[in-house]
Amino acid sequence: MQSATPPTEVVIELSKVSTRFGEHVVHTEVDLQVRRAEVFALIGGSGSGKSTLLREMILLQRPNAGSIRVLGVDLQDIADDQALALRRRWGVMFQHGGLFGSLTVKENVGLPLREHTRLDDSLIDEIADWKLAITGLKPEVGAQYPAELSGGMMKRASLARALALDPELLFLDEPTAGLDPASAGGVDELVRKLRDTFGLTIVMITHDLDLLWQVADRVAVLGAGKVQGIGSMSELSQIDHPAISMFFAGPRGRAAQAQAIQQTAPAAGRKS
Amino acid sequence: MDLLLVTPATITQSTPAKLSLAGAWTTRGLDAIGPQIAALGRDPGSAMVVDSARIEALDTAGAWVLQKLLQRLRGEGEAGGGVQLLDLRPEFARLLEVVGQAAVLPAAPAARRSTSKLEDLGRSTVAVLEQALALLGFVGEVAVALAGCVAHPARCRWRPLLYNLRSAGFDALPIVGLLSFLLGIVIAYQGAGQLRQYGANIFVADLVGLSMLREFAPLITAIIIAGRSGSAYAAQIGTMSVTEEIDALRTLGIAPLELLVLPKIFALAIALPLLTVFSDVLGVFGGMLMARAQLGVSFGEFIDRFVKAVSVTSYLVGICKAPVFAMIIAVIGCFQGFRTRGGADSVGRQTTRSVVQSTFLVILADALFSVAFSALDL
Repeated sequence: MQSATPPTEVVIELSKVSTRFGEHVVHTEVDLQVRRAEVFALIGGSGSGKSTLLREMILLQRPNAGSIRVLGVDLQDIADDQALALRRRWGVMFQHGGLFGSLTVKENVGLPLREHTRLDDSLIDEIADWKLAITGLKPEVGAQYPAELSGGMMKRASLARALALDPELLFLDEPTAGLDPASAGGVDELVRKLRDTFGLTIVMITHDLDLLWQVADRVAVLGAGKVQGIGSMSELSQIDHPAISMFFAGPRGRAAQAQAIQQTAPAAGRKS
Repeated sequence: MDLLLVTPATITQSTPAKLSLAGAWTTRGLDAIGPQIAALGRDPGSAMVVDSARIEALDTAGAWVLQKLLQRLRGEGEAGGGVQLLDLRPEFARLLEVVGQAAVLPAAPAARRSTSKLEDLGRSTVAVLEQALALLGFVGEVAVALAGCVAHPARCRWRPLLYNLRSAGFDALPIVGLLSFLLGIVIAYQGAGQLRQYGANIFVADLVGLSMLREFAPLITAIIIAGRSGSAYAAQIGTMSVTEEIDALRTLGIAPLELLVLPKIFALAIALPLLTVFSDVLGVFGGMLMARAQLGVSFGEFIDRFVKAVSVTSYLVGICKAPVFAMIIAVIGCFQGFRTRGGADSVGRQTTRSVVQSTFLVILADALFSVAFSALDL
């Protein structure tokens, strides 16, 4: 919902978040802030605790210490009804879709609306169709079951479901992993469009260098249980730290960077 | 603070040419908008004004409804009957524009074709036949793998065999023992009343011994194992095929049948007869306790009579069914596992089928055994 809010408002605030699995320490005192209407990316090597941090933000897991505030609500000791209200204000797209195999794609997208609103069935179907259309899926796909979809279509359908309740906050786990370059490019466009048109705040985990360079406003690099660096990609590229520079070194990192610099002019025009 | 509380969306038609929209046009506020929209009418000839200054919130669902309303009103108008939307907040106007761009929706795909009863019958018959044929094919594949394993014993997988022996055999001892014990008690208890009437108390040993050893012990054991291990086999293999682990095995040059199916068949073929013996013992023990409590037959008398009444043949007749039941349970469980397609739903369905079918086939096989044994006079 588009209420007038100052652009620097913080929607997610993590302070001193620590997580352990038994002896294994995942995070030690992580501090992070995500601002309204920005595309925020979490990156880091495998096992650096990106997914755990995301799961903690969406109430699937609790940190061992520290506090997390999402949309102004403290997640520690949150009451059930408050948690429900909060869950309706965000959408989550899981890495493997998380679509329900027993429902068609359209039913999957309509499910949050059926559960949480009292809208007419026909209206829900229309809205579901339309959400599928904005994520770039053909209308025929709505009648199919998730098992019949390709990987890219599955991600789009999952995104459509995450958008069903018009969330203020969208969490994306590896939105482009396993997609062909054309589909991945489509996801770049889509993420940007969602942010620009609906003013969504987007938090994503990704390793996709193109997505990072083209779409992310700010990027946090996780490593050794800490945030090793935070800032735009061009700011990060100045920092000399092994956990960070691995995203910039190598032919792939350099190619993505070069491409991004070429496109700086139109990108700057878009933001104004 | 109740985050879910919103002002409902409303439409008021003050004059035929003026609509006022108010409230939250969002998924939470749109509950009662349908009838209000349906009740609207207009004069097709004159221009119309829609005042939207009092819309407090608009999301995509609300924008969608608003868009449809405007389209409908415009569609109903004639020449000179334009519709003007006034005072929409700029951020809402942008959202409406976005919705308008994507609003060209093709018709919904054709509804599912209805089928006649005859067609349904035909389809389900074909499905049953197809499954029977596939089962036959699976039994053939297993037989070939079995022959290969016998010809080259080095290819046998000992570790999974021992693991299955423990999980399907040893771990099942408590539940098999408990249920057999209770079954023995029930048989003796039900028989006690009848036997006492005729003063034939001692024949409780015949009743419990013969019924447990010949019929109930093999059957109850097989049914418990079908529910316990057969379902586990189907679920395990089904999940593996959903997560492409079966395909991975194939591409790595490991035959799934050799790794997943043969050890289970061998393990059950060894474990089920042993469990049946255990069930025999516990069942008769249960009967013995009940005989003493209800009929005053002491343990010594019971055992004397038991040895005379129950021949070794009766014992062997019971035991020799067990390996056949084991084959049925293991093959059906694995077969249904391999037939899993798609997702979690299918795993559940195939697991259910494995239990239902293996229980059915076990009882059917038991009936055939009874016919065969009576023909052979055993």
